[in-house]
Amino acid sequence: MAEYLIKNGFVFDPVQGIKGDAVDVAIKDGKIVETTALSSPKVIDATGKTVMAGGVDVHAHVAGPKVNTGRNFRPEDKLFTYKPKNGIERMQGGFSVPTTIRTGYNYARMGYTTVMEAAMPPLYARHTHEEMRDTPILDQGAYPVFGNNWFVLEYLKNHEIENAAAYIAWLLRVTKGYAVKVVNPGGTEAWGWGLNCENVHDPVPYFDITPAQIIKGLIEANEYLGLPHSMHMHANNLGNPGNYTTTLDSFKLSEGIKPNSKFGRDQVMHHTHVQFHSYGGDSWANMESKAKEIMDYVNSHDNITIDIGQVTLDETTTMTADGPFEHHLTELNHLKWANADVELETAAGVVPYVYSPNIKVCGIQWAIGLELALLAKDPMRVFITTDHPNAGLFIRYPRIMKWLMSTEAREQQFDAFKHKDKVIDATNLAGIDRELGLYEIAQMTRAGTAKSLGLSHLYGGLAPGLEADVAVYDFNPNEPYVPDDIEKAFLNAEHVFKAGVQVVKDHEIASNGNKRTLWVNAKVNENPQVMRDVKEKFLRYYTVNLNNYEVAGHYLPNSYVIEVDATE
Amino acid sequence: MTKTVTDVICPFCGTLCDDLEVVVSDDGEELLEVYNACAIGAEKFLHSQAKDRITRPRMRQEDGSWKEISYDEAIEYTARMLTEAKKPLMYGWSSTNCEAQAVGSEIGEAVGAVMDNTATVCHGTSLIAVQDIGIPSCTLGEVKNRADRILFWGCNPAHAHPRHMSRYSIFPRGFFTGKGHAGRKMIVVDPRPTDTASMADVHLQIEQGRDYELLNALRVAFKGEKLPDVVAGIPKEKIYEVAETLKSGRFAIIFFGMGVTQSLGKNHNIDEAIAVTRDLNEYTKAAIMPMRGHYNVTGSGQVWGWLFGFPYAVDLSRGFARYNPGETTSNDLLRRDEVDAVFVLGSDPGAHFPFSSVKKIYNRPSVVIDPHETPTTEVCKVHVPVAFVGVEVGGCAYRMDNVPIETRKVVEPPEGMMTDEEFLKRVLGRVKEIQGV
Repeated sequence: MAEYLIKNGFVFDPVQGIKGDAVDVAIKDGKIVETTALSSPKVIDATGKTVMAGGVDVHAHVAGPKVNTGRNFRPEDKLFTYKPKNGIERMQGGFSVPTTIRTGYNYARMGYTTVMEAAMPPLYARHTHEEMRDTPILDQGAYPVFGNNWFVLEYLKNHEIENAAAYIAWLLRVTKGYAVKVVNPGGTEAWGWGLNCENVHDPVPYFDITPAQIIKGLIEANEYLGLPHSMHMHANNLGNPGNYTTTLDSFKLSEGIKPNSKFGRDQVMHHTHVQFHSYGGDSWANMESKAKEIMDYVNSHDNITIDIGQVTLDETTTMTADGPFEHHLTELNHLKWANADVELETAAGVVPYVYSPNIKVCGIQWAIGLELALLAKDPMRVFITTDHPNAGLFIRYPRIMKWLMSTEAREQQFDAFKHKDKVIDATNLAGIDRELGLYEIAQMTRAGTAKSLGLSHLYGGLAPGLEADVAVYDFNPNEPYVPDDIEKAFLNAEHVFKAGVQVVKDHEIASNGNKRTLWVNAKVNENPQVMRDVKEKFLRYYTVNLNNYEVAGHYLPNSYVIEVDATE
Repeated sequence: MTKTVTDVICPFCGTLCDDLEVVVSDDGEELLEVYNACAIGAEKFLHSQAKDRITRPRMRQEDGSWKEISYDEAIEYTARMLTEAKKPLMYGWSSTNCEAQAVGSEIGEAVGAVMDNTATVCHGTSLIAVQDIGIPSCTLGEVKNRADRILFWGCNPAHAHPRHMSRYSIFPRGFFTGKGHAGRKMIVVDPRPTDTASMADVHLQIEQGRDYELLNALRVAFKGEKLPDVVAGIPKEKIYEVAETLKSGRFAIIFFGMGVTQSLGKNHNIDEAIAVTRDLNEYTKAAIMPMRGHYNVTGSGQVWGWLFGFPYAVDLSRGFARYNPGETTSNDLLRRDEVDAVFVLGSDPGAHFPFSSVKKIYNRPSVVIDPHETPTTEVCKVHVPVAFVGVEVGGCAYRMDNVPIETRKVVEPPEGMMTDEEFLKRVLGRVKEIQGV
């Protein structure tokens, strides 16, 4: 493989604590190495430019059945978005739900090299892997959903942590999944009857268990196994005024639990798109930001990480395994609604949505997301996401960086709101003058996310031995700039390397890379009871035979297995 | 001695049963018996053993006779035809695996083809309706475990999806449906007294082509508003009764087929059917599902969805995807003389397209990839037989509820036969050579 020397760029690397010093980065055999290890490298002059590790996205909906439903039922999302094939670049299209090819290219252009698919229905795992296979460049993994799975409900009802863990290990193996995802625990099962669970103590119909038991049980099972990532949660009551109390109740369930993982993470719960879970008030009329209360809790409990789920004020397509929420949304905006309940496992809904700067609530949502990030005491535990495509598009990450790095940019956005005063009254953002720097951005998009995922031995930094995922941006932090320069530079990196392969060269896609799919193979003690339960449920309740359920290895042409040993 | 292969997936219809057992000879060369399958599925497996099966590509001669050619020659003809055509039509894709569909899509992208699948004369209208209004749906296991109100509208599963009712919808005992058949109400809407209708608790014998009115009347009835005495040939009392039956259920599901998708009103009927389902969700839980025909027509819509963003009728001829049913659909293109070459794989337009379209295929350079001899092979210039997906080669297929299941190989194909995927990969390689990419 080619050797590269990226010379003299302003490096931001939280892993080594480098805060913008001019440092050389050396690449050899797909890894970062000491500069002395190179013999005859290609030299890339990064003088006056910003150099960071490849971005790591902890939460995005980019592959799988609901994403494809979003593509297929929104022809209007394709208008004026197509780009014909060009050399090695294949045809790309779509805006809020781009084609898999565009997903890969657009992330790579932003200098992102690892992206996690945030919700995979186990029954549809094969579909998710087929889409990831056709997403170029990026390393990806997918989180199977567990929060409404009948096995999990039945084991945790009786607090059978060992059985739940054995089942989780089995399901991760057969679906080639990466982590334990929980969406609206219990509420999505209730949606099978058109119902919901509105708080952590609202019992799940017919299953005699509460969301609180599911959340706590899954955290314990996750730590029993010692998986790379912690339990990854989307709590109950998403998107409703006054829901911040539910969020705090959900946070509290992790109290006193310590991580048990060899993968270097400090958290036992990752709570995703917290912006949607930080609302005060009791109606849309008096809805207000409770980001301060939420962040007070997060800042004082270091066993939690969160991502913000920033609203980007675009027209987009919402999609979530929170079935009842999507029905609620279609009642709200009367746009088309797709729903898919999945036997014994989960459900999903898809509804287009317009976050308009002329709507007060959208302005408040926009402010809440930024507040979460700006009130963070530890940027290694608070990450930039848009819950793509739910609150906004992943191609807006650079715009979020701009908002976080510049009060001027935030003021410009405030001025563009129709109900500016109401938005300012209902939020704290106007009173926050903190401006993040590139070092903190690198923590929120690279080092922090990699650590939270248990992948800091591969990604997130530029220390020798890590994967050679490097991005060079045409941005000089030491020269004066206007806020828009930030967005422009970070939207389209000048050079990007993925595992030592140059995938972006002079702002253009230069290679389709050699994407890998990450999954976790957790070894547990033999558990005849769980295997018997699995056999029985497949025989009686599933419509697919057990022997046809497992995703065969050839769907992951380039798989990267992370072995975990939870045997005793 | 023989051996039995279990958990075999049936590559015939969208029901995609995965519990077949197939007995093969010890050397895996011969397929002897098929268990658990319906008559159609069993025949598909057994038919692969036909002694008179075509095993080599053939080219039509001037006098109308066939001449055997090699696979290399067939690949060359196909690649040349596709690259030289201004706007080739690549139609079919519903009876093959997703792996072949993905390679085929790449060829389509390279040569600027129009990609279309059998939905174009089947559930394409449903796909259009979904783009209008969405679709509240579920997997078939949800029907098995929860549904107590089953409505078949314009479809006849007793014949078209023979094991649908026993595996998923009417008879099985699921988690919340322990009484099986006895706990479910079955309603059939069909102008004909079909075998499915004969089993129903209520058969609404609707006037032909009046589906939209009846669907709309149901929405009126849900709200308890006034109806005329008779709608679509059904007395209003009956409509109120059916509306009440649906509302009183815990979980209602509507299955619909070609009776509504391709009769008067087309996608508007489906709009209304989905609106009925949406409305029902105000009172109880309800879902709706198209009864997809070919075993992997759903899959081809999914593959094009993630590669191009559209489920069918994808025109790639300008280098980017365009989608405009009525303009970019196969029959419209053929009848308007807008395509100058035709490639067919895994489908039989010769039997199902209007005769005016079939004539157009006959008058153009054309290739058909099909293990069988069909009306399509009769009008095409080159016929390339391939191994049966799901019998002689595996690969992914999507059930009517979008659940992907990997089909199994149970028996060896005849000596020297190519699979769809192998053939397409060779064609793609040759296309790239010709284009100098």
